[in-house]
Amino acid sequence: MSETNVEIQDLNLTRKDFVPGNEVRWCPGCGDYSVLANMQKTLPVMGVKKENYAFISGIGCSSRFPYYMNTYGFHSIHGRAPAIASGVKLANPELAVWVITGDGDGFSIGGNHMIHALRRNIDMNIMLFNNRIYGLTKGQYSPTSLLGAKTKSSPFGSIDRPFNPSAVALGANATFISRALDVDAKGLQESIKRAQRHKGASFIEVYQNCIIFNDGEFSDVENKATRPDNALFVVHGEPMIFGKEQDKGIIMKDNHPKVVHLGPEWNEKDLLVHDETNQIITNLLLEMTFDTSTPTPFGVLRAVDGPTYDDMMVEQIEQVTKIKGEGTLEDLFYSGDVWEVK
Amino acid sequence: MAKKVIRINDATIRFAGDSGDGMQLTGTRFTEATAIVGNDLKTIPNYPSEIRAPLGTLAGVSAFQLMFGSQKVFTPGDLPDTLVAMNPAALKVHLRDLKKGGTILANSNAFTAKNLKMAGWETNPLEDGSLEGFTLFSIEMSRLVKIALEDSDLTSKGIERTKNMFALGVLFWMYNRPIEPTEEWLRKKFAKNPSVAEANITVMKTGFNYGETTEIFTTSYAVEKAELPKGKYRNITGNVAVSYGLVAAAKKAGKELFLGSYPITPASEILHTLSTLRNHGVKTFQAEDEIAGISAAIGASYAGDLAVTTTSGPGMALKTEAIGLAIITELPLVIVNVQRGGPSTGMPTKMEQSDLLQAVVGRNSDARIPVLAAKDPADCFECAYEAARIAMKYMTPVILLSDGYLGQGSGPWQIPDPKTLPKIEVNHPTSSDRGEDGFMPYARDENETRPWAIPGTPGLEHRIGGLEKENITGMVSQDPENHQLMTDIRARKVDNIKNDIPPSDIHGEPKGKLLVLGWGSTHGVIHVAVDRALAKGKSVSQMHLRWVSPFPSDLKAICDSFDEILIPEVNSGQLALLLKGELARKIHQLNIVRGEPFRASEIEDKINEILG
Repeated sequence: MSETNVEIQDLNLTRKDFVPGNEVRWCPGCGDYSVLANMQKTLPVMGVKKENYAFISGIGCSSRFPYYMNTYGFHSIHGRAPAIASGVKLANPELAVWVITGDGDGFSIGGNHMIHALRRNIDMNIMLFNNRIYGLTKGQYSPTSLLGAKTKSSPFGSIDRPFNPSAVALGANATFISRALDVDAKGLQESIKRAQRHKGASFIEVYQNCIIFNDGEFSDVENKATRPDNALFVVHGEPMIFGKEQDKGIIMKDNHPKVVHLGPEWNEKDLLVHDETNQIITNLLLEMTFDTSTPTPFGVLRAVDGPTYDDMMVEQIEQVTKIKGEGTLEDLFYSGDVWEVK
Repeated sequence: MAKKVIRINDATIRFAGDSGDGMQLTGTRFTEATAIVGNDLKTIPNYPSEIRAPLGTLAGVSAFQLMFGSQKVFTPGDLPDTLVAMNPAALKVHLRDLKKGGTILANSNAFTAKNLKMAGWETNPLEDGSLEGFTLFSIEMSRLVKIALEDSDLTSKGIERTKNMFALGVLFWMYNRPIEPTEEWLRKKFAKNPSVAEANITVMKTGFNYGETTEIFTTSYAVEKAELPKGKYRNITGNVAVSYGLVAAAKKAGKELFLGSYPITPASEILHTLSTLRNHGVKTFQAEDEIAGISAAIGASYAGDLAVTTTSGPGMALKTEAIGLAIITELPLVIVNVQRGGPSTGMPTKMEQSDLLQAVVGRNSDARIPVLAAKDPADCFECAYEAARIAMKYMTPVILLSDGYLGQGSGPWQIPDPKTLPKIEVNHPTSSDRGEDGFMPYARDENETRPWAIPGTPGLEHRIGGLEKENITGMVSQDPENHQLMTDIRARKVDNIKNDIPPSDIHGEPKGKLLVLGWGSTHGVIHVAVDRALAKGKSVSQMHLRWVSPFPSDLKAICDSFDEILIPEVNSGQLALLLKGELARKIHQLNIVRGEPFRASEIEDKINEILG
């Protein structure tokens, strides 16, 4: 797997280096705190200079994130962060560019920029805080709210079919897709590390609890007691096993994923093995997202190589310069039919 | 029979035909030959917004007009002296503009019953005597071309397509232009297909010889070289000139140029031109939409590039929120609006000056922005350069207004010596600019501009964004006093640009009865009208604004030196509206919105009406 071009070196950075002095102003108990803490813990060990990180966000609760990272940061306008981040990366490919967005910012008003940034495979990391609700505007349904969700703007239940964001990312041909839980530090850190190292556009979907307007939305997987039976943590090359007793697995039946119990009838060899480079497997995992008969998949769902826009831009400039020579203003000005008045 | 050569001062020619007849190309080739002869000139294309409207229909007529002369030429001409009409529809659409006694060159083979009917002619105008007031050359171009290319291996369709070169050849003879540059150009263009090149050259020569030998032509015209300032020249369109101005500014500032754009008529040529310049380090990003175009540019500016976005009116509407972001984050950005007729989709290929208010005041909140406007195609170079210089000097987005008439029209450009272009100094703070209390992203210099600290600089990590920031520290602030302060500073920054505007030029006397005040692409036509009035002894002068926000500091004093003020605009009175507040006096207006420029006679009539 090819790695990002961002320079990696031994640096003596700690979490403290990434914590600015200002007060964090999310609601007490918000899932965003955990994501922030894990970002601040993970970045120091990535070997990237602090000044080379740029965090770009749009509008929404999660988009306050850049103010809480002691790096370069740009809190922009609603939905446009992937487009702004694209310009940042193309202007300076040395930067490690992160986009922080939410389900409204990234998949409603900014849906267009999201799919195109992923499609172009510009080397940046897009982290989506999916809480299935509009928090900052105080509780309207979002494009990821489930059908029937009762919110301020859907008092009789939402009739608005939701996106499955990671499936949209796959549809946009994203080269890296992972899903993590706000309460799962290990999974979050793994996703952050892998995304930062991945060359190309990385998409991380974080299931994040909004304690005020949508509390408990993900309780089946957030609750430690029920999580093992409802969440499937996939590992590349490993069979798909889950359950409190690690006694359940996923097989393929009639071209659909199906849960089986390990025992006399089924053993590990019968199970599907995760392959993050295989689009069919990624698709299959994403199909399990809304299927109540199967667990919700987490982990790195997809990681493949693909040409990046930023690399190709640099290469094209080099190639054309090699053929035509470095352009001067004289070359440019005199490129038409020139005549002289004496 | 020896043919007469008559010397004339200037001529206006319009090439008109079906969209597929190659009229833009024919006009461009005539223009290049005319430039090489040393005439001054201006051109303007006029084409339908449909790519290929049905053949032979009025909707499908495409035209190209140029005026050239032995003196300074300010406009592409009002009414043509000569009209080339390749089919009945072209004649139908353009005949009403032809000067009395003007010349018509028509391809009579295209005047079939079917084509005549489609164009709405009841009888054939080439034969029914209705064109008696004109000098008509009805030529069987299609048939003559077929004969000339008898031995060619081109298909009959391919042969028919060369007929525009026949018309061009006739005109080259008629106006004593050299055919060699076009010959050379054709060989280069069709290098991979020499038989096509040779066929076109043969046809062009056939046309030229047809003029020289047939007896229907008795007279040709000569236009002497124009007295232009010494130097090297090339012909340039406004859109190419904008592109070059931006590249020049980037190089002089030691910056890479980044363009975030989305294709839109009539601005796309800037994207096309800049995308060919990879070896100049130019990065062009064709975004998914207008908003992404400007957003990517803002990102690139934040990261240290000279960033630009280009569009036309509807695209400006979409970019509006992001322009506000560039204003509040105080990032340099050049926004080019090549205006077209509106509202909404409006008339994409027609010109208008109606986005002035949108540029100056069209945003939520108190969000002032510097706005300048180019006056002719060559001026687009200087304006783009100046827009970039001011954007970086004052850390602000700048709007450059062009329009379809400038962007796609052309004229000679005196090629500047790159060494003499104004200096552009850019200073990015470094780690050593970090004070004891940390880096202050909204600290102010003598122009009240903030530092352009770019990501990757150790020790200057800071956050910017669309939320109001505390002055100096850049911390998020909702403090009432601070918001007042920041709003005032942002406005003062725009006013400070007045210090960079040189004293205004006045054409004519510095005081008198009437000042004709304009902005943008009306410069040439106002100039011609004012010259005509001056020749008749009228007390009239011209002032033309490059900066429309802020206004130059001498504007009021100049206006006060005249009894009356006339503002002609190709909109419903937008500069007049802005100036009513500024000048607090009566203003005469002349406004048209027909999707086409003024005619000099319209402005001249208005001048006469006011001065009596």
